[in-house]
Amino acid sequence: MKEIKKIQRDHNRFKEIVRGRIKQEFKKYVTNGEMIGRTENEIVKIPVPSIELPRFKYGAKQEDGQGQGKGKPGDGKDGESQGPGQGAAGDQPGDHAIEVELTFEELAEILGEKLELPRIEPRGQKNIETESIKYSGRAPIGPEGLRHFKSSYIKALKRSIASGDYDPENPIVIPIKSDMRYKSFKKVTKPKSNAVVIYMMDVSGSMGDEQKEIVRLESFWINTWLKSNYKGLETRFIIHDAASKEVDEKTFFSTSESGGTLISSAYKLCKEIIDKDYPQDEWNIYPFHFSDGDNWSGEDTKLCLKLVEEFFLPKVNMFGYGQVESKYGSGQFSKDLEKHFGEDDRLIISKIESREKIVQSIKDFLGKGR
Amino acid sequence: MAKITPELEKFRKEICKIAEDAGLDFFETIFELVNFDTLNQIASYGGFPVRYPHWRFGMQYEQLSKSYQYGLSKIYELVVNTDPCYAYLMEGNSVLDQKLVMAHVYGHCDFFKNNYWFSQTNRKMMDVLANHATRVRNYMDRHGVDEVEDFIDLCLSIENLIDPYVSYSNIDYNLPRDTKFTDADLKQKNDTSKGSELTLNLDPKEEIVIEDLKNPDRDVLKFLIENAPLQPWQQDVMAIIREESYYFTPQGMTKIMNEGWASYWHSKLMTEKILTDSEIICFADRHSSTMTMAPDGFNPYKIGIELFRDIEQRWDKGQHGQEWEDCDDLHAKENWNMDHKGNGREKIFEIRKTNNDVTFVDQFLTKEFCVKNKFFVYKFNKKTNAFEVDTSDFDAIKKKLVFQLTNSGQPIIKVEHNNYEGRGELMLKHFHEGVDMQPDHLTATLKNVQAIWKKPVHLVTVMDEKEIVYTHDGEEVKQNS
Repeated sequence: MKEIKKIQRDHNRFKEIVRGRIKQEFKKYVTNGEMIGRTENEIVKIPVPSIELPRFKYGAKQEDGQGQGKGKPGDGKDGESQGPGQGAAGDQPGDHAIEVELTFEELAEILGEKLELPRIEPRGQKNIETESIKYSGRAPIGPEGLRHFKSSYIKALKRSIASGDYDPENPIVIPIKSDMRYKSFKKVTKPKSNAVVIYMMDVSGSMGDEQKEIVRLESFWINTWLKSNYKGLETRFIIHDAASKEVDEKTFFSTSESGGTLISSAYKLCKEIIDKDYPQDEWNIYPFHFSDGDNWSGEDTKLCLKLVEEFFLPKVNMFGYGQVESKYGSGQFSKDLEKHFGEDDRLIISKIESREKIVQSIKDFLGKGR
Repeated sequence: MAKITPELEKFRKEICKIAEDAGLDFFETIFELVNFDTLNQIASYGGFPVRYPHWRFGMQYEQLSKSYQYGLSKIYELVVNTDPCYAYLMEGNSVLDQKLVMAHVYGHCDFFKNNYWFSQTNRKMMDVLANHATRVRNYMDRHGVDEVEDFIDLCLSIENLIDPYVSYSNIDYNLPRDTKFTDADLKQKNDTSKGSELTLNLDPKEEIVIEDLKNPDRDVLKFLIENAPLQPWQQDVMAIIREESYYFTPQGMTKIMNEGWASYWHSKLMTEKILTDSEIICFADRHSSTMTMAPDGFNPYKIGIELFRDIEQRWDKGQHGQEWEDCDDLHAKENWNMDHKGNGREKIFEIRKTNNDVTFVDQFLTKEFCVKNKFFVYKFNKKTNAFEVDTSDFDAIKKKLVFQLTNSGQPIIKVEHNNYEGRGELMLKHFHEGVDMQPDHLTATLKNVQAIWKKPVHLVTVMDEKEIVYTHDGEEVKQNS
């Protein structure tokens, strides 16, 4: 029986090799959205080409075959397929791509290792505390639902032995009311390390599908990294053109508007959300804004700069601005931010010219360890 | 792993008796009841409890487990060619399923014991594989997991380059690997400095004048073990891979026959003797789902069982021999019943003894059978970029099928020259039969052969109807036409 478990060793070895491959080609995976659709609870499924030992074998396309059915020459070979039945259990696994399951933790580990990201030190950790309840004690009174059988029994046994009632030949222990023990709770305070990411995206006409895909990929990796650094991670999504609204994730990545662009509208809404739901002393806050850098007016830009300076920077861990290159965008907004804030650590500006730059951009955003 | 339940044991005895009475002849067969996970593990190891450590088994396990989890497939039966035979039943399958599997397994066991192509296989393979595992683990301890594993990868990449027919004259397992030497190697490793390690690694073959190869050798692995500049442990590892490859080869050569034979018998025994009235529908359902063949698919169970039944019937009715062949009258052929001796059963027993898939199909696939079963040949049409039905012509079908079965559907490659251009370079030759090899696999495999041979390696093959020589010199692959 134990011998058979040897497969575990081979299985682990195989998984190691696969992970090695993922690491090797990690940049390809970062810029390829394939895995994002395959997340399931805490697990990401990554399609990896089947690891094959090369062999001298016939080419697939050339290999003709023999089939069975009502085919006439010229018909597709699947002809009048009734679909395959259940079929016999194959003993030869096919050489399709295999799906490797990684937890977000493992994925983040690879991300961190490949991009050399520092762990994040939660801001003001000591100040952020939370109270929670832990059922660890025992009490002589309590509701029946919390009765602890084992402690109650021990108590009764002790009493019956002490009182001389206990007969080893006929070990019947009858508990009385004072033997009963109930689970009781204690309040514990723990440092809280919750984080919220608020994504804002320009969905005006100049942001095309490719631009949104880039944002989607960036946000996936940012989430993955933050998730591994904080116990709880919440995400909120704001889209804006000339006006802004909060949406769910799906809408966030699929909405296209054609209006103009007023960035301040998004910043104002983001401010509202933070004010309402995320008090600064309890949350690590990460606003990220993605746009192609066009803003309606210099006036509005001024308003944005003011919001960032006076509201966001003092409250958040970092404020990320990702500028996605598009055919139409002027990219002026990042210049304005740069000019105004210079080398402020809390504001990170990253320009993402194309998919290939996503890796660098993630590094820009997360490389400071904030 | 556990013994089967008393209830199943009762059925097993019954079925065993019925199988014996029907004329099946097998080694003692031990059934074990295992859960799906254990079954997947054993299946990943090719039916055995222990194999040498290698990630490939882990990959197979992963694929089997996933496929089971997603409900895509599940293994019903697993039987191993050893004496005694071991067969595994999966816990939680219905009693009917278990009975069916047992009947099927006795068919396989009869085949293992009696088919000529299995006659040279080692029936104590379980011990042999366990020994191989120990040896490989020792090498890993001594030389490092990565180094040994990398070398195994190289060997596995060419494990199919053996001569499946040589086995019936003489498989030489005792190739020049000196196990005493490997023990000495161990001692030296333990108590000497690096200097002696270096001397040990010196390649003795470089000194030897290479004699030109007289005949092309199909047992490429044997050739490499004897002639490539390998360290003793590498020779041993390659010999292990070769021995195992020879053990598993007959299973690939008799897929249609073996599955067909077992299916023929489970069907016969179940319907005639074993089934109760209430089980018949479930059995029919299970049996037919095992026999389904997708239109473009190839189900050895189905083709095998139908061929055996066809042969039995033909021999029962005397539908064979010159007179039958010469008859052009379809009506007469349909009602042909010359011979009332009814020796069809005898005939199929004889066939299961002497044939392999190639000879089985070549001799017994008839035009009538192809028409009845609606066979066709499909081809890849470059214009439409799809596979299309090419023809239902009998000769074409048969030719295709025989080709697919020849050498288990793998290209035939021989060592052509061991001293190519007088520089000790290796020349392999692909015996092209109309189908080109897959180029990416070809170059990757050639690279692996080069890593074993160390000097440049060439392969002659045909691509797009032109003869091409691929050369790997350790750095890169070159092509010359």
